[in-house]
Amino acid sequence: MSDQTLAQFSMLSLYSAMGVLTLAMLAFAAHLAWLLPARDEAAEHVEEYELVAAGGVSDAEPGPATSAAAYRPGDGELPSRARSAGGIASSLTILGTLLLTASTVMRGLEVHRMPLGNMFEFALTGSTFVMLAYVGWSLRRNLRWLGLFVTGPAVLVLGLAITIWYVDGAELMPSLKSYWLVIHVTIATLSMALFGIGAAVNALYLWQDHVERLGARSFMNRLPGSRQLEKLAYGLHIIAFPLWTFTVIAGAIWARQAWGSYWNWDPKEVWSFVIWVVYAAYLHARVTTGWRRQNAAIIALAGFACIVVNYGIVNVFFVGQHSYSGL
Amino acid sequence: MSGDVVQPRLGLVGWLRWAWRQLTSMRTALLLLLVLAVGAVPGSIFPQRSIDATRTAQWLTDHPTAGPILDRLGFFEVYASPWFAAIYLLLFTSLVGCVLPRTKQHLKALRARPPRAPKNPDRLGASLVETVDGTPDEVLTAWRKTLRAARFRVDSHDDNSLSAEKGYLKETGNLAFHLALIGIIVGVAVGHLWGFKGDVILPEGQTFANTLSRYDTFSPGPQVDAADLTPWTLTLARLDAVFEEDTTREGQLGMPRDFTAHVEFAPTAKAPVEDRTIKVNQPLETGNGTVFLLGNGYAPHITVRDAQGTVIYSDATPFLARDNNYKSVGAVKVPGATPKDLGFAGLFLPTGTITEHGPESMFPQPLDPYLALTVFEGELFPDGAPQSVYELDDSAMTQLRAEGSDQPLRLWIKAGQSIDLPGGRGSITFDGVERWAGLSVRTDPGKSLTLGAALLALAGLIAMLTVRRRRVFIRVSEAEPDAEGRQRTLVRVGALAKDDDEGMTDELAGLAERVKDHR
Ligand code: HEM
Repeated sequence: MSDQTLAQFSMLSLYSAMGVLTLAMLAFAAHLAWLLPARDEAAEHVEEYELVAAGGVSDAEPGPATSAAAYRPGDGELPSRARSAGGIASSLTILGTLLLTASTVMRGLEVHRMPLGNMFEFALTGSTFVMLAYVGWSLRRNLRWLGLFVTGPAVLVLGLAITIWYVDGAELMPSLKSYWLVIHVTIATLSMALFGIGAAVNALYLWQDHVERLGARSFMNRLPGSRQLEKLAYGLHIIAFPLWTFTVIAGAIWARQAWGSYWNWDPKEVWSFVIWVVYAAYLHARVTTGWRRQNAAIIALAGFACIVVNYGIVNVFFVGQHSYSGL
Repeated sequence: MSGDVVQPRLGLVGWLRWAWRQLTSMRTALLLLLVLAVGAVPGSIFPQRSIDATRTAQWLTDHPTAGPILDRLGFFEVYASPWFAAIYLLLFTSLVGCVLPRTKQHLKALRARPPRAPKNPDRLGASLVETVDGTPDEVLTAWRKTLRAARFRVDSHDDNSLSAEKGYLKETGNLAFHLALIGIIVGVAVGHLWGFKGDVILPEGQTFANTLSRYDTFSPGPQVDAADLTPWTLTLARLDAVFEEDTTREGQLGMPRDFTAHVEFAPTAKAPVEDRTIKVNQPLETGNGTVFLLGNGYAPHITVRDAQGTVIYSDATPFLARDNNYKSVGAVKVPGATPKDLGFAGLFLPTGTITEHGPESMFPQPLDPYLALTVFEGELFPDGAPQSVYELDDSAMTQLRAEGSDQPLRLWIKAGQSIDLPGGRGSITFDGVERWAGLSVRTDPGKSLTLGAALLALAGLIAMLTVRRRRVFIRVSEAEPDAEGRQRTLVRVGALAKDDDEGMTDELAGLAERVKDHR
C-alpha cells in the first residue's frame, strides 16, 4: 500500500473507532443509569459488583440476591437492562479499540516510524494505550462501571486530536530523529495513560466516599466501595510512577544527546519534574500518619492536572526546545 | 490551689531536638515536596536568564513595574535562586535525617531473626487451621521447606513453632531510592563545579581550536581552569542541510530534515587529522568536551572596497536566522573606512523576495540569495564597550540617505553583485554564501554519577513498590490419632502483612497447597 492509501485508511479507521467508542460510551452511560437502585427495600440486596470475579461471570450468573430483586415485577428489568447495556458497551469497546489500534498502526506504517512525532500522533497513540490498558485489564476483572470514565475522555481527546491538533504525516525534525524518541515517548505515553485511568478511579473514589458518607442512594452504590476504589487507584499509580521516573531519566539521556546537557529547565522538563514530584507527594501522603486518604487522592488528581497542563498547554503555548507540537 | 500547670522548659537543645524532629517527619517531607513542585512552576512561565537572556531582557523592558520586582525575587533565575535552593536543601536535610536512622534500623533488622510466633497465630489477619497426618516435627519440616522455597527467612524460637519473614528488599529499595536521590544532587553539583560549556559559530572552511580565546561565549564552573583545556582542533569542511521539498504535505514545506557537519578533527595539536561527522543527535567526543551541533545558518561572504578599489573588509559574516525560512539578521562593521567608520545592518535572505511587509525569504535553501542592508557612518565603537557582532551600535552613527532623497539608503544586493556606495565611499560586493555551524562544547564530569544514581533510584523504587513485606507464624500440637492409630497434628498458621495487602490470603493458600508436596 502507498503512504497515501495508508493515510486514508488510517483516518477512516480512526473515524470508525470514534463512532464505535462514542456508542460504547453511551451504552456505558445507560448501563450506569439503569443501575440506579429502585426505591424499594429489595433493591438494597441487588447484586454488588464482585471485584475479584473474572469479567462477565458475575453478570452472566446472577447470585441469589439478584434474582430476588430481578423477579419482582416492575423494577425487575432495571438490572437486566443495565446488564445488556453493559454487555453491548463491552463489545463495542473491544471493537472500537481494535479500530483505534489499527489506525495507530497504519499511521506508523505511513510515516515509517513510531507515530509519536507531534501532538496529533501523541493523542492517537495515547488514547490507544488507554483503551488497550482498559480492555486488557477488564479481561481480568469486571470493569464495566469504569467504562464511561475511560471511553468518555478517550473520545474527547480523539476529538481534539482530529480537530485542533491534526497535522499530515511527515518526516521528523532532526532533533527528534533518535531511538530515544521511541523509548522516551512510548513509555511517557503509556505512563500517562495509566495515570489517566488512575485519575478516573480516584475521582470515582472521592465521589463514592462522598456518597457513602451521605448514605444517599445512587448508582454509585453498585460500584466497588470507596476502600476498593482507593486501592485500585493506588495500584495503577504504582505502575505508572516508575514508568514516569523512567520517562524522565530517558528524556534526560536524550536531551544530553540532542542538546548537549541532560537538564536545561526547559518548560517541558520543568513540568515533567513537577508531575514527578506531585506524584511522589501522593505516594508519601498515602503513608503519612494523620493524612486522610481523600487528601492523598486529591494530590494525585493535582498530578494529573499537571499532566494535562504539560500536554495541552506547555506543548502549544510555552517557548522551549520541545517545540514538536507541529502546530 | 494553683491551677497553673508548670510546663517543662525546653532548653536550647530541647528546641533544636524538637525542630529536628519536625523537619525529619513525614509530614514535613510531604509539605516540602508540594512546595518544591509549586516553586518549580514560575521557571516555566517566566523567561529564564540562563536559558534565554534576550527574551528575559525583553520581558523586563515590556513590564517596567512588575519586571524589577520579580527580578529581585529571582523569578528570572528560579533554579539558582536562594528560595528555590532553600526548599530543596531543607528537603534533602529532612531526607538525610529521615533515612539515616532508618538505614541503621534496617541493617539491624537484616541481621535479626524473625520474632517469636504468637501463642495463637490463627488470630492474625490471614489464617489457616487444619489437622493433618504426621508428627508435629514432620509437619514443621514440610512447612520449613515450603517457606524457604518461597524465599522466606525461617527461624524457630521453640520446638513447636516457626517464624518466617520475607520482603526485606522493600525497605532496602526504599532506602536505596532515597539515598540515590542524594547521589543525583551530588552529581549535579559536581557537573556545575567542574564542568564547562562554550559556544562558537564556525563558518565553513574555518578552524576552531579548543582555547579560551576562540570561544564566542565560555561559561566554566568555579573549579575549572581554562589553562587546562586540551588543544584539540576542528575544521568545518562542509555543512549539509536538508529541508522538506515535498509540497504535497500541508505546512511541511521547508521544515528541517537533516543537518550534518563534516569536520576534520585533530585530538591534539600534533595528532593527524581525522574525518568525522557531527549530527544533531550524534555529538563528537573529543576527550576534553563533547561537541554538539546546536545551530546553523548562513554567512554571506561580503567584500567592501574604498574609493580606490582597495579591499578594506572581506569575510564570511555570520547572520542569525530569525524564522523557519532563515530570514537572518546581521551586521558588517568596517572600522578602517574613510572618512569615517562604515557599518551595514540588515537581513540576509537565502531565497529572497520583496513583499509588502518588506524583504522576506521563501525557502531555507540558498536558491536565490539576497542581502537587504542599510548603511551607517560614524563611530562604530564609541565607548570601547563590547558589543554583539550581529548588531550595530548606531548611537554615534548617522544613517546614509539615498541620493537626492531623505529616505534611508536601502541596498538590495543579489549574490555576485556589487553596488557603489554614494558620495565616493567605495563599494560593497556580495561574493557568495557559506554556511556556519553553531557548535557547543560541553563537559560534565558529574553526569555518570547522576545517571548511575538515577538508575539506582529507579531500581529502588521498583523494589519498594512491588515487594511485599510478609510474616508467617506456625504453631503445631499433637492431635488425636486417627482410627488406625496414626499420628495426627493440629497446625495453626497465621500470616501478617506490613501494609494492607490483599494478596496475603492468596499467598497463604498457595503455601498450604505446596506444603502437601513436601510431605
Ligand atoms: C526528594 C524527595 C523525596 C521523594 C521524591 C520521595 C519519594 C518517595 C516515594 C515515591 C516513596 C514510596 C511510597 C510508597 O511506598 O508508596 C517514598 C516513601 C517514603 N519516604 Fe520518601 N521521598 C522524598 C523525601 C523523603 C523525606 C524527606 C523523607 C523523610 C522525612 C522520606 C521518607 C519516606 C519514608 C519513611 C517512606 C516509606 C513509607 C513506607 O513505609 O512505605 N522521603 N518516598
